[in-house]
Amino acid sequence: MTLEVNNYVKVKSLQEAYELLLADDSNQIIGGGAWLKMATKPVNTLIDLELLKLDDIVVKQNIITIGANVTLRDLEKNKDIKEQFSGILYEAVHQVMGVGVRNLATIGGSIMGKFSFSDILTPLLTMDVSLEFYKQGIISLQDFLATKKPPKDILLHIILKQEKGNGFFKKVRKTALDFAVVNICVVHKDSGFEIVIGARPGIAVKASKAMTFLNRQSNFSEQVIQSAVALVQEEISFSKNLRASKEYREQLVAVYVARGIKEVTQS
Amino acid sequence: MKIHVTVNGYKKAFDIEPSDYLLDTLRKYNYLSVKRGCDNTSCGVCTILLDGKPVPSCSLLSAKADGHSIITVEGIPKEAEKLSEHFGHEGADQCGYCNPSMAVNVHALKNEIQNPTDDEIKEYLVGNLCRCTGYIGQHKAIKSYLEDEK
Repeated sequence: MTLEVNNYVKVKSLQEAYELLLADDSNQIIGGGAWLKMATKPVNTLIDLELLKLDDIVVKQNIITIGANVTLRDLEKNKDIKEQFSGILYEAVHQVMGVGVRNLATIGGSIMGKFSFSDILTPLLTMDVSLEFYKQGIISLQDFLATKKPPKDILLHIILKQEKGNGFFKKVRKTALDFAVVNICVVHKDSGFEIVIGARPGIAVKASKAMTFLNRQSNFSEQVIQSAVALVQEEISFSKNLRASKEYREQLVAVYVARGIKEVTQS
Repeated sequence: MKIHVTVNGYKKAFDIEPSDYLLDTLRKYNYLSVKRGCDNTSCGVCTILLDGKPVPSCSLLSAKADGHSIITVEGIPKEAEKLSEHFGHEGADQCGYCNPSMAVNVHALKNEIQNPTDDEIKEYLVGNLCRCTGYIGQHKAIKSYLEDEK
C-alpha cells in the first residue's frame, strides 16, 4: 500500500494549523506517523505540529499535563506516570512494539487515532483524563471516544489527574512485537472500581455493570469476583479477527478480569 | 520538496516527495547500510538515529526529518568496528543484514542507559530482529562491548 500525500507542512502557529485543517477534508494532523502506513485514504496536506513545542510533561498540583506530541518513549520514562495506579500506563506503553517505534509514536496520535488495537486507551480510560483542544476546549476522554467522527480540531494536551489506588494491566499478545489479542485493565481507587477492556478487537470500553456491582460489595470472595466476571461478559461484546476468535477473547477476559480484581483488592 | 538534514555530521539537502519515507530517501542518496526488511516497523533493520534516538526509518516520513540530525552506521565507524569484533568473538552474526541497525541501537543504548542490566539490554533491542543467530551470542557480545567501553 502506498501512502498518498500531496503536501507536508510544519506549521508555525496553532491558528495556521487550524486553518489548514479546515481548508480540506482530507487534510490531517500527523503525530509521530508510526501508524500512517495503515491509512487507506489519500491525504492532501499533512500538518506537523513539531515546531509548536507540545512535547512537555508538566506536573502541578496533582495534575499531569502531557503535550500531544510527547512520544510514548518519553511518557514511559516519566516517573509520575510510573507511579500512577501501580504503573499501569507505564506497563501499557512499555509493551508497545520496540523502543524505536515508541520514539516515533506520540500520545496525541495514539488518542486521536482511536485505534481499536490500542494498548494506551485501556489504562487511560480507568483514569480521570481530559483532553484539551484548541477550539473545543476541554472534554473528557470518555466523551471524546464516544463521538463517532473525530473533531476537526487540534489536540493540545492530555490532562491526567494524579490519584492513588491499585492497578492491574494485562496485554495478551502472541509475540513481543504484536498487537494485543485483548487487553484488560482493573483499577481500585478511592472513588471505586474501574474495569476497561480493549482490543476486543473493538475500541476500549468500560465494563460499567461490573464496576457498579463491585462498588456495592464489602468483601471480594471468589463468588463475588465470578459474578463481576459474568457481568463483564454480559455487557462487553467481543468478535473475531486474524488474531483470535470471539470465544478465545471471552475466555481470556474471564481469567484476567478475575485475576485483576484479586490483585487490586489484595495488594 | 527539499529537506535539510545533517547526516553523520554533514549538512545535506535532499529532494523528496511528501509521501517518501526516510528509508527510501537515505538509500536513494547511497546510505546503503540502512536496510529494508519488513517495511512496517516490526523488524528494526532500517533503524537510524534521529537526534540520537533510534527510530525505524521505514515509518518515518522524510519530510518529518527536515531540520534534524540523522546517524547511520556510517557515522559511527569506530564503534561499529569494535562492536563487530565482539560479535565475531561470540559468533554472534551470520548474514550480517541486521548488524548496522544493531550497531546504531547499541550506540543509542549506551548513551541512554548507564550500566544497563540484562533485561534492559533485551528490552532495548526487542525491536531488532535477527533471523540467523537466536540472540544469545549477540547479547553476550553487546554485554562485553559495553563492559569494554566503560
